[in-house]
Amino acid sequence: MLGSGILKGMVETARNFLGSYIGKDRLTTVQFPEERLPQIEAARSFPFLVYDGADWQQGMRCVSCQICEKECPPKCIFIEKSKDKKPDAMGKPQFYPAVFDIDISVCMSCQICVEVCPFDAIKMDVDFELSTDDRFGGLLFDKQRLSKSNEYYNAIHPTEAGAVDAHFAEERAKLEAKTKAALHAKLALAAEAQVAGGEPR
Amino acid sequence: MSGVVDQIFVLGKHWLLGYAPVSVRPLLSAVLSVVPVLVAFPLLFAITTVLERKGLGRIQNRYGPNRTGPFGFFQPIADGVKSLTKEDIVPDTADHVVHLLAPLLLVLASFLAYAVLPMGRNMVIVNLNAGVLFFFAVGSLVELAVFMAGWSSRSKYSLLGAMRAIAQMISYEVPLVLASIVVIMEAGSLSTVTIVNMQTGYTGIWPHWFVFTPWGFAGFVLFMIAATAESNRSPFDLPEGESEIIAGYYIEYSGFKFALFFLGEYLGMFATSGMAITLFLGGWAAPFSFLTWIPSYFWFFAKLVALSVGFIWIRGTLPRLRMDQLMNLAWKFMLPMALLNMLTAGTWHFMPVGLSRWLVCTVMVVAPCILLGRGLARKKRFQVRRYQFVE
Repeated sequence: MLGSGILKGMVETARNFLGSYIGKDRLTTVQFPEERLPQIEAARSFPFLVYDGADWQQGMRCVSCQICEKECPPKCIFIEKSKDKKPDAMGKPQFYPAVFDIDISVCMSCQICVEVCPFDAIKMDVDFELSTDDRFGGLLFDKQRLSKSNEYYNAIHPTEAGAVDAHFAEERAKLEAKTKAALHAKLALAAEAQVAGGEPR
Repeated sequence: MSGVVDQIFVLGKHWLLGYAPVSVRPLLSAVLSVVPVLVAFPLLFAITTVLERKGLGRIQNRYGPNRTGPFGFFQPIADGVKSLTKEDIVPDTADHVVHLLAPLLLVLASFLAYAVLPMGRNMVIVNLNAGVLFFFAVGSLVELAVFMAGWSSRSKYSLLGAMRAIAQMISYEVPLVLASIVVIMEAGSLSTVTIVNMQTGYTGIWPHWFVFTPWGFAGFVLFMIAATAESNRSPFDLPEGESEIIAGYYIEYSGFKFALFFLGEYLGMFATSGMAITLFLGGWAAPFSFLTWIPSYFWFFAKLVALSVGFIWIRGTLPRLRMDQLMNLAWKFMLPMALLNMLTAGTWHFMPVGLSRWLVCTVMVVAPCILLGRGLARKKRFQVRRYQFVE
């Protein structure tokens, strides 16, 4: 019959219309600024720099190797190496970035910097509400703005951060065992030398 | 008492006219009749846009606009401010004068159509004795405005949109007018006031609206389909066709000119709805004899809102037609149906009053509808094209 399909469709839309007033489960829209969905763990927006401990300058993991700067496809990272050295996460004296800028208006959130960083110093943030009325200065993030604590990293990406922390703990333990072994060897050598040196006396 | 409420606008106008000197009375009378229309219908347009967006949202299980003001009801104000403050861009190669005149002409033509619509008892701007003719004559000015817009923009998309619009509007003008002829045949008059007055009687509690006859019902349905096409609304919105020719004839319009097009389109929709009400739904007459104490203008606007809801509902339901489907519907279904409907109306007029003419006329409407529908729905067999060199 001509027009029966139209009537069927109109019944369907009427059901949708009335149903949206009765059952709230039909309306899947999240009223964003007031309501928020929990962020999924894989969420990522722009990179940030991780630091350990309380002081962002002391605990900065970045050793200014500049690999990320070279790899960055849109070239949004700018690093200036420091002249002096400071101890890194492993306690080894390392360079640190005197200047570390990311222009997030250029950044394309590709995560390549995170992939290439051998020190787990740069990671992806989840903060996306970054709009500003200063389109140049307000979107050029400096070292201080980029630095976020390891606790924050653990909060936004628990699995990933846990793996990084475990890796660090392992490395640290290995280092400790190595130094301990070295110390023992040294001590043993010293003791041997003492013994050897003592005999002829 | 109810008579005073019913005639309050008419009495108010005469009361105001009493204070004016005799020499300016005709002019003042015209102004006092026209200004309320110029205020009421754009206001109705503003309310309709927000309700339409909310309704379409609900049909698609969304909220629709709900940010500006309580439940988003101030959205039209925000839209108005936005379109007023937007930059008005005119293409460099456009015909500037025509480009400016097109939206103005569209709105003007849409407003002119209201002159003959009786919006209540004794509430019509002019009672022309060729009112229906005037309405359709003015309605065809819209086509000119649309083509002016499409041509003057100097854009291929707008020209394509305008060509589509002209093809569609002229095709549907024919069934639109033919569908309304049945009423003119029955009423024996082209005056809208006379046509409404013929429908104000009651049998028991039931009104004498023309829609409650077989030919009137068929005419009403045909008229509404053609009116949807005339006002370029979904599912006949090919001239706009956002997904294919971006916005059709008003692609090069921005700011308030675009808003004027929008206004003109809705005013056209209200005007044709008003004409459908006048011709088929008894104008300002109450739907039941015991409801006549409610003022006549209330009934006119209630019917107008009801038809607008129907338009919105259809828009939320149906996808856009293809060009050949559009033309097939107009020429292969609507035109024969409208012509046969005229025959039905004649049969109705000359047969004796009673059940027999109901039976005969119902068959005369339903049978061709089914047969034509079957013919249209038949699967077309396309022959397989053989290529001589490609294969």
